Amino acid sequence: MDMVNLKINGQPVSVPAGSTVLEAARAAGIEIPTLCYLKDVSQTGSCRMCLVEIKGGRALQAACVYPVAEGIEVQTNTPTVREARKAVLELMLSNHDRKCLTCPRNRNCELQALSDELGVSDIPYEGERNEYAIDDISPSIVRDNNKCILCRRCVNVCKNVQTVGVIDTMERGFKTKVGCAFEASLGEVDCVNCGQCIAVCPVGALREKSSVKDVWDALASDKHVVVQTAPAVRAAIGEEFGLPMGEPVTGKMAAALRRLGFDKVFDTDFGADLTIMEEGTELIHRMQNGGVLPMITSCSPGWVKFCEHNFPDFIPNLSSCKSPHEMFGAIIKSYYAEKAGIDPKNIYTVSVMPCTAKKFEAQRDELAATGTPDVDAVITTRELAQMIKQSGIQFAKLPDEVFDSPFGDEASGAGVIFGATGGVMEAALRTVAEVLTGESIEHVDYEAVRGLEGVKIASVQIGDKTVRAAVAHGLGNARKLLNSVRSGETQVDFIEIMACPGGCVTGGGQPIVSSRIKMDVNVSAERAKAIYAEDKALKIRKSHENPYIKQLYSEYLGEPGGHKAHELLHTHYVARPKY
Amino acid sequence: MELVRSHVLICGGTGCTSSGSEVLHEEFDEMLVKYGLDKEVKVIKTGCFGLCALGPVVVVYPEGAFYSRVKKEDVEEIVQEHLLKGRIVKRLVYDETVEQNDIKSLNDVNFYKKQQRVALRNCGVINPENIEEYIAVDGYQALGKVLTEMTPEEVIDTVKKSGLRGRGGGGFPTGTKWDFARKSVNEQKYVCCNADEGDPGAFMDRSVLEGDPHSVLEAMAIAGYAIGANQGYIYIRAEYPIAVRRLQIAIDQAKEYGLLGKNIFDTGFDFDIELRLGAGAFVCGEETALMTSIEGHRGEPRPRPPFPAVKGLWEKPTILNNVETYANIPVIFNKGADWFASIGTEKSKGTKVFALGGKINNTGLVEIPMGTTLREIVEEIGGGVPNGKKFKAAQTGGPSGGCIPASLIDTPIDYDSLISIGSMMGSGGLIVMDEDNCMVDIAKFFLEFTVDESCGKCTPCRIGTKRLLEILDKITKGQGTLEDIDRLEALCYHIKNASLCGLGQTAPNPVLSTLRYFRDEYEAHVVEKRCPAGVCKALLSYVIDPEKCKGCSACSRKCPVGAISGEIKKPFVIDTTKCIKCGVCMETCKFGAVVKK
Repeated sequence: MDMVNLKINGQPVSVPAGSTVLEAARAAGIEIPTLCYLKDVSQTGSCRMCLVEIKGGRALQAACVYPVAEGIEVQTNTPTVREARKAVLELMLSNHDRKCLTCPRNRNCELQALSDELGVSDIPYEGERNEYAIDDISPSIVRDNNKCILCRRCVNVCKNVQTVGVIDTMERGFKTKVGCAFEASLGEVDCVNCGQCIAVCPVGALREKSSVKDVWDALASDKHVVVQTAPAVRAAIGEEFGLPMGEPVTGKMAAALRRLGFDKVFDTDFGADLTIMEEGTELIHRMQNGGVLPMITSCSPGWVKFCEHNFPDFIPNLSSCKSPHEMFGAIIKSYYAEKAGIDPKNIYTVSVMPCTAKKFEAQRDELAATGTPDVDAVITTRELAQMIKQSGIQFAKLPDEVFDSPFGDEASGAGVIFGATGGVMEAALRTVAEVLTGESIEHVDYEAVRGLEGVKIASVQIGDKTVRAAVAHGLGNARKLLNSVRSGETQVDFIEIMACPGGCVTGGGQPIVSSRIKMDVNVSAERAKAIYAEDKALKIRKSHENPYIKQLYSEYLGEPGGHKAHELLHTHYVARPKY
Repeated sequence: MELVRSHVLICGGTGCTSSGSEVLHEEFDEMLVKYGLDKEVKVIKTGCFGLCALGPVVVVYPEGAFYSRVKKEDVEEIVQEHLLKGRIVKRLVYDETVEQNDIKSLNDVNFYKKQQRVALRNCGVINPENIEEYIAVDGYQALGKVLTEMTPEEVIDTVKKSGLRGRGGGGFPTGTKWDFARKSVNEQKYVCCNADEGDPGAFMDRSVLEGDPHSVLEAMAIAGYAIGANQGYIYIRAEYPIAVRRLQIAIDQAKEYGLLGKNIFDTGFDFDIELRLGAGAFVCGEETALMTSIEGHRGEPRPRPPFPAVKGLWEKPTILNNVETYANIPVIFNKGADWFASIGTEKSKGTKVFALGGKINNTGLVEIPMGTTLREIVEEIGGGVPNGKKFKAAQTGGPSGGCIPASLIDTPIDYDSLISIGSMMGSGGLIVMDEDNCMVDIAKFFLEFTVDESCGKCTPCRIGTKRLLEILDKITKGQGTLEDIDRLEALCYHIKNASLCGLGQTAPNPVLSTLRYFRDEYEAHVVEKRCPAGVCKALLSYVIDPEKCKGCSACSRKCPVGAISGEIKKPFVIDTTKCIKCGVCMETCKFGAVVKK
C-alpha cells in the first residue's frame, strides 16, 4: 500500500494514501472533534467542527474530508483552531433549543459532549432561533428539528446507505432544515421506518415514537401482559447500563422484565424457530413445485415496506411468513390463550425489538389473526432500558434468570442468530438441510453467509441439491442485489434481506453509539459476537429440534404450512406508491 | 453583397431593452419604409454600449452620432432629419459629444476616453444574433489557428504568457488552471463557463453574452482543445433571458457552420456546448456548487481539495472560467500574448470590466486597463458624484468585497492592490458612495444579501452571517455596545476562517473593511447613538426649524400619520412620538425647514 508522510503538530505520521487528515491524526493519537462526520455514512465537511490548519492554506480546513498529501504540515491545536472550533460550536448552540434536561439524548449527545470538551461556558452569539413543529405522525419515528444541527448524517444514511432518500435539506441559509418533499411528514412518505436516521443522529432531533407509557399502562391494568424480546436486544441492552459492547445479557434481561411486572417473559427466538419451520417449508415447497423463486425473507419490516414501495414486482417473491414476533404474538393470543384459559381480548402482547419498523408493522391491519393485533405494543431496546431505569432496577446486579415456560426455556441457537445478518439464512439452511436429506447434520455453522460484506452469495450443497443463497443487509445493498436478480445477472433460490446495515444487532431501535466510538469499533461485528456465542453454547441449534415447536405442531397447528398455520402465521403484502 | 449607406445600431442589451429599445427597432423599420430608405439604411440590434444611464442608445454610422434616451416619438425625426437630410438631431445626441457645430468621436468623450474595450470589443459593434458578423470581426479565427497550427501545450503556454487571470473574483492564473486540467489523466473532461453572475448590480457577463456570445463559445472550444475535453457547459442564470436566447442562437449557428460539433475545421477535434440554466442561487457562482447544480443536485459547494481540475463535474477533470475570462481568449490568440500582456500592470494583465453604479453621474459598463486608478474611474469616466456631494467610498467585489475610502482614491485597480487594502476585484461591481451613505448601513445591506444567499450547508456561514446581521441591526438601531463591535469583528474572522466555501469565507469582508476605514461611524452609532450620515432611522428624528418654517402646512398635509401640527403662518411642530421617519415632510418643504437630527 502506498504510504503518505505528513506532519501533524510537528510529529511525523505515515498513513495509507487516500486517508483523511482526521484518520491520520487519530492514527497519531490526536483526537479531533467531529459532528457531521460518520465513518462509512457521512463525509460532507459541513459542520466545521474538525477544523485544522494546513500550512500554506488560506482558511482552516475540515480534517474529515481533507485528503492527506505528501509533506503537508497540519496543526490541530493552535489558538486559531481552538477558537474557530469553539465559535462554530457556539453558533450551533445559538440555534439549538438547549433543552438537555428533557431531551431523549441527555448524556448521550455528541453536541453536549463537545460543549463540555471544548469548554463552552456561555453563548456569545444569541439571536433568533428557528422554531419548528415536531413531526410525530409516523408510527415509528419522531423528528424534532428544534434540536437538529444540520449535520446531515440522517440525510446521508437515508439517501446513500439505505437508498430510501425520503429526507433532504430544504430552504436555505438560516432557514435550512431537513424534511420530506412538499413538507410532508415522515408518516406520509415512502419512509420504511428503519430508524437508521435515529441511530446516526448525534443529537435528539430524531427519536422513536415512544410506547413506554402504553406499556406502563398495560402493566398497571388487569390485563395479562406478555412480553417477548428479539435476539438482538440481548446483544446490546447491556450497553445502556455501562456493560461492555458484545456482552450478552440474556439472563439479566429476563430478570429485569420479570421485575417490571410482565406476567410472562418469552423469547422471540421461539417465534424465530417457528418462522424457520414455516419459511423452510415454504422454500422447499416452492423449489419442489415450481413456485416463484428466489424466495425472499420477510422478517424485516423495513425491508418489506421498501419492497412494497420500490420493488413491487418482487412481492410474489416475498415469503408469506409473518415476522417472528408477529407469529409469536398470534400464537400467544391463540394457542397460549387457549392453554392458559385466558380470553385473548384480555391479553396484551409487548415486543421488545431492536427495530423501529416493527412499530409500524404491528399496526398493519393484516397482522391481527385473532381479531385484535397480534402484537399490541412494540418498544425498542432503548425504551426497555428506559423502563428499567425508571423502575430503579440495578441491571448490572441482577441475577441471570431464564425465560418463562412454555416456549421460553428451550429456544434453539438458530432462533438466536436471527439477530445478525445472514442469521435467518443460516437458521433456515440448518432445518432445510435436514428436512431435504432426512439426515441429521452435524456441522451447522454456515460460515459463508456470516460476516459484514454487503451482499453475500453462497451455494450450499444439500444432498443432491444445490441451494443458491444470497444475503444482503442495508437497503442500498438490497437494491443492488435485487437489480441484479431482476436483470438475471444473479440467479439464486433464496435471499435473506435485512433493512439495517449489519442486521438487527445494529437496528434502528438499538442503543446509540457515538460517532467517535464508531471510528474505532465495528458495532455490528461486536454485537454479533454475543449472538454467535449464545448460539454456540446452546444445546439445541436447529429450529425443528425445539421441543416446544414440536409440541405446538402436534398439539395445535398440524403440519408446517398447513391450514391452521396459514391462518395464524402467514400474511400478504400490497404494492405501495412512492408518494 | 447588398450595400447600405448608413447603419443604425440600436442597443439590445437588457438595460436599453427595459427602457424601450425594442419598440425603437420596430419604429425605425416602419419609418425607413415610410421615407423610402429601407434599402439604403440598415438597422441592427447590438449588445451593450456601456452608457446604460443614457438608454435607450441608438448610434448612427458613418457619422457616429450617439443618440441617447431615444423615445419612440423621436424616431421619425431622426429618420427624416438625419438619415434623409443628413442633419444630426443635436437635441437628442449625448451632450458630451456635441462640440459647437459638430459632434466628436465617442472615443474622445470622457466616458470612453480612458476605456479600452478588449472583452467588450464587439459589444455594441456587431449583431450578436448573426454569426457572420462575428466572423467578419475575426471571429473563430483564433479557434482555427489553435486547431490547425498549435499543440495543446502551445495553447496553454500562450494563455500563460498573456498573464490572463480569472475575471470571476479570485484572480487565479487562467493558463495554470488549464494546465492542471490538461495534466489530469482522464478520458472524459469538461469545460464549464460560469455565467451565473449574481453580485447585486453587476452585469458585465450579461453584457458580453448579450453582445458577443460567440467569443465565449470560441474560447470554450479553445479551452476544450487545450485540456482535452469535448464537452462544454455554460451555467447561466435563468434571470438572463436575452443572454440565454442569444447563446442558444449562437450555439445553433456555430453548429450549423461546423464551428462546434464533430470534426471542427476537419481536424478531428469534437466539441459541443450545452446550456444549463441556474435558478438564481448566488452560491451557484461558486465553482463546486455550480458543478453540483449542473449534476442535478441542490446547488451546494463541496470541499476542496479535490479541486475541479482533478475531480470536477461528475468527478471528471473540469475547468471553470467566467464569461469575461473567456471573452479575452480569442483576442489573445488573434493579437498575441505579448500584446495582451502589454496592457495593465505587472501582475494584472489586460483590462477589467466594471459595472459602475451608485452615486455617480455615468452609471453603466466600463472596461479599463488594469492599473487605472479609482479616481480616474470615478471622476473622469464616471463623471463624478452627482449633486455636488462628496465622494466617500467605493465598494468593489460585491458582497465578497470591501470599501475603498476616499483617502485611497488613488489606488490603482488591480488584483493585488485591491486585496492589500481589504477589498477585492470580485467579478466587477463598483458602487460609488457619497457622504449620504452610512457605512454601517452599507455593511448591513451586503450582509442581508449573504444571509439570504447562504446555502445553509456549513455552520459558520449559515448561522454566523445571520448573527453578524443581527449585531449590525442592533448597532443601527442604537442598541449596540462597544462590546458588540468587538464581537462583530471577532465573529467576522471566525467566519472567514471556518467557512466551507468562498461565499462564507468572504461574506464578512464588507463588515471588516468598513470597520477598518469607518470604525468611527460604528462608534458614533454605539456611543453617541448617532448616525453621522443620517441614514439609520432609529437614530434620527425629523424636526422643523422654526426660523425657516413659513407655516404653509404643506408638510402637515402630506404627513401620512398626522404627526405634524401647527397654525398657519406660524412654525409647525413634528410630534416625534408619532413620526415614522418616512421623510415625506422633508421632501415636501420648499424652504428647507425640515431637518434630520
